Formats: sequence, C-alpha cells, structure tokens
Amino acid sequence: MAIKDITLGQYFPGESAVHSLDPRTKLIGTVIFIASLFVVDSFGGFAVCALCLLAVVKLSGVPLRFLMRGLRAVLILIIFTAAINLFMTPGVEVWRLGFIKVTEEGIYRSAFMAIRLVLLILGSSMLTLTTKPVTLTDGLERLFRPFGKLGLPAHELAMMMTIALRFIPTLLDETDRIMKAQMARGADFESGNLRERARGLIPLLVPLFVSAFRIAADLAMAMEARCYRGGEGRTRMNAVEFGKGDYAAFALCAMMLAFAILSRKLNWF
Amino acid sequence: MIYFFVIYSFGSSSQLLYCRSCDILIVMKFESIIQLKDVEFSYPAQVEAAAPAKALDGISLDIERGSFVAIVGSNGSGKSTLAKHFNALLLPGGGEVIVCGMKTSDPECTWEIRRRCGMVFQNPDNQLVSSVVEDDVAFGPENIGVEPLRIRELVDESLKAVGMYEHRKKGPHLLSGGQKQRVAIAGVLAMQPECIVFDEPTAMLDPAGRRDILKIIEALHEEGKTVILITHFMEEAALAERVIVLEGGRVAFDEAPDKLFSRAAELEKYKLGLPFAASMAQKLRALGLKVPEGTITQEGLADFICR
Repeated sequence: MAIKDITLGQYFPGESAVHSLDPRTKLIGTVIFIASLFVVDSFGGFAVCALCLLAVVKLSGVPLRFLMRGLRAVLILIIFTAAINLFMTPGVEVWRLGFIKVTEEGIYRSAFMAIRLVLLILGSSMLTLTTKPVTLTDGLERLFRPFGKLGLPAHELAMMMTIALRFIPTLLDETDRIMKAQMARGADFESGNLRERARGLIPLLVPLFVSAFRIAADLAMAMEARCYRGGEGRTRMNAVEFGKGDYAAFALCAMMLAFAILSRKLNWF
Repeated sequence: MIYFFVIYSFGSSSQLLYCRSCDILIVMKFESIIQLKDVEFSYPAQVEAAAPAKALDGISLDIERGSFVAIVGSNGSGKSTLAKHFNALLLPGGGEVIVCGMKTSDPECTWEIRRRCGMVFQNPDNQLVSSVVEDDVAFGPENIGVEPLRIRELVDESLKAVGMYEHRKKGPHLLSGGQKQRVAIAGVLAMQPECIVFDEPTAMLDPAGRRDILKIIEALHEEGKTVILITHFMEEAALAERVIVLEGGRVAFDEAPDKLFSRAAELEKYKLGLPFAASMAQKLRALGLKVPEGTITQEGLADFICR
C-alpha cells in the first residue's frame, strides 16, 4: 500500500508574480474576493469576478485543467446545492412531475448559487496552488501577530501547523510500517462489515498513538537543544516584507470590492 | 620528531612535560570546555517506594577544548544521560557541570550553553522541525535572534559544510537517513557552536550514510571544534583521541583508544567488542605476525600489511 504517495496540499511550483506575492497579501486578497462574491447580486457581476480570477490564473501560470481538478472533490456539494435550489424555490411553475416542480426563480437561483460556489472554490484554491503550506503558515503567523495582545497565540499556532506539516509524511510512514507489522501477525484490515473494520483499526491506532507521543518527546528535546523558547525574541530568515507587487495587488482587490458594492447599490446589471 | 613525556599531572587541567631531545621541561595548560565534578543523576523511580537507580554515579571529567572524545558503554551504562548533561537538557542531581565557564544549573546560562554546545540526536526523523531543509537549518539561529541576512549566510555556509546545499529546498521526507542527519548537523553548525555532542548519530543509518557522517565529524574536529561522540560502534570510538568507557553510571576507563583496544580481556568485562582492525591484528599476532600494539584502525592495519 503506497500511503506515502499522497501529495500534501496542492501547491503548483512556479516563479510567477502571483507565487512571489507576500502570503499575507494573498490571504487578504482571497478574503476580499470571497467577500465580493457575496456582495455581487447579478450574473454580470459574477462575469467580472470570473474575468478577474481568470487574469490571476493566467498570470500565475497554473494550468486551468489543474485548477478545475480542485472542483472534483466538492462536485457533490455543488450539485446538491443546485438541486435543492432548483426544486425548492417557490415561484412561477415551468415544469412539474408529481410533487417535484421547477420554477423560473428556482432555475435562476440554482444557477446563481452554483456559479458563486464554483468561483468561491476556484478562488480559494488559487491561494493554496500558488502558496507553499509553510509560507502560508508564516503569513498566518504574521497576520495574526497583532492579536497576540488579545491572547491569540499566533506563534504557537503557526509552529503547531509547521510541525504538523513536517510530520504528516513521517506518521504516514509509521502507519505503513505498523500496518505491515500487524498484517504479518495476522491482523485483517480489509474484510468484514464497517463495524468489524473499525474494530480492526484498533491494533493500528494504539501503536500509532504511542509512536506519535514518542516522536513528540524526541522532537521537543531536539527543539530545546536548539534553543527554542517560544516566539519571544525570535527572528525569521525569510522575513516577509510587502513589496511593490503587494501594494498593486491590494489596489486591485480594493477596486474589485468597490466594484462589487457599487454594482449592487446602483443595479448595474 | 620531538617527543614529550608526561612527568606529572596537576589535577586535570595542566601537565608537566619533559622533552628529551631538547632537554627542557615545560608546563602545558589545557583549556577545558566541559568540566564535570562528581555528577550524580537518577531518573524518577518508576515504581513508588523503590529506590531510584543512579543513572550517573559520581562522574568527574574534564574535556579539553578542541579534542575528539568518544563515550562508549553498553546499554543502560548512562552514556546518553551523560550527553544530556553537557548542554543542560538534564541538570545534575548532585555535583556540577561547567560548560565554557558557565554552570548548567544556572537558568540564566541555559540558552548560551545550548548555543555553544550543540547536539545531534540518534533519530534523523525526530529532530527536524520544518518541511523545508533550509528553514530547518535556520531554526536554531532564528531562536537565538540572529539578524535575517546573517541567518541566510549561516544557513548557506552550514549546508555547504555538510554537502547538502543543493538539497536546500527539498522536504526532509524526500531525503535518506544519512542526508537527514547531515541536515541536523548543519542545523547545529548554523548556531556556531564551540562543541558538538553526537548522541549515537549513526545508529539508524546504512553503511554509506554512516561513512558520510563520520567524515563530517572528523572534518569538524580538524576545524578545531570540540567533538564528543557517543557511540556503541568500536570502529567509531577508534577514530577519537580519547575514549571514555561508562559502566553502571561510572567512568570505567578513560584513555587513548589504542590503549583500550589492546586490552581485549577488559573490553569483554565492559561488554564491548573489538573494532574489526583490532581483532584482526590480534588474530594475526596469534599466528605469529608482529603486528604492532595499538593497531586499531583499518588504515593502520593496511599500512602494516603493505609494508
């Protein structure tokens, strides 16, 4: 079983302008994009949002096909949402079969929701496609640092994420190893009903937990030996700084949000 | 060649030497980097009311700056416990440990001691923090608050020193055990330590990885770093200038490796084996060949055979 082949996140390596933006810019930009999607109330507005997104995708060099792959995982969710909207919206009846009816308003709303969801998912995948998980963690730490005074442990959370990312492959290896060891002793992970299979996982999970705790103890000692004592007085090698590109990106995002608000207020489309 | 004879040792930090060829007496002073005085340590008892066994039982040592010391011993002899006293990961229950003039029991000095005395652990997987090699090497300097530009220099230098510079952007899970261990060494080097403690660094590596690590360890010693190598491979101990054998939490033996390995009977007592070259030399001697005493490395043996 090749558990190890699981790719983590979905980073698409590249050197584009989008890739080299500060992670904070991309995080804030994504939030603004999502906000715009919820402000916009017309298909015309969505078209503009989609064009903006397409421009970013082209600039980043991420193949569209690659981006669309992200939709597959949530396809069921989109279909479900569209179906509910299609059949459950009251209004002018267009078509009817027994108790199921389709209304004009239903068609409109379901198309509307589906587009909004698709754009939402594509927009946020652009963040993870163009930002390494480690960089994203750094960005989150910097972004939430001001909230430290309010008791939000930004550094600790970011360190936890860094370590989690680092040890996922290690723990997968360990899982693989334990599975093989238990199978050699006659454990059965593949047959039986759901209940039996769940029970069968116990001989896997118990050693895995033990080993995770052992790794944690080792790592804590190694970190202490390397002078780790929390976020205080710590510097960073890749201190992220906003550059020209970031300011330009912020300006574009602000324009987009302004457009979304105006188009709604003034009923442009 | 000028030979010196030790006439008298004043404690452990200076010696009176006599040079026969020039007929002079000189006093040589050693600068010790780590000093242990009657160090005792016991882990908390597992069972209530059972007296805790002493992991370290009155150890006094002086480690000279720039030396290469190997610490060997069977399982449970206290060698890893001892290693963790060198950088204040464990504090002595009795006696004291002085590193670079600082007491490990002084909480003010803890971090400076850990910066100056780095440590490489046994498991290559469980000591790397970040999922990018260069970020991991930067972890130490970041912790002690080095300027970002300087960190970049230190990271590049350290990665080049262990030959991992071209892998700097990779994730540790894509590296072999030996490569991971080299990254761990780079992580310690980036803090510019004076002394590096290796706690069985090769125990989980394949032969090729082991050779690489030992080469790096020897190069570091030649550069003037103090190297302390905890190991249970006698071949590795033979590379050192001084071997300390621990037995039941006490120092059982503390001399140059050729002295140790010429006493097979004693080694047996400490449950230690002979390095391959030394046992080979012994067998050759038994066959009547005059292999010189103190032949303990493969190079030494090869030199004798080719002569």
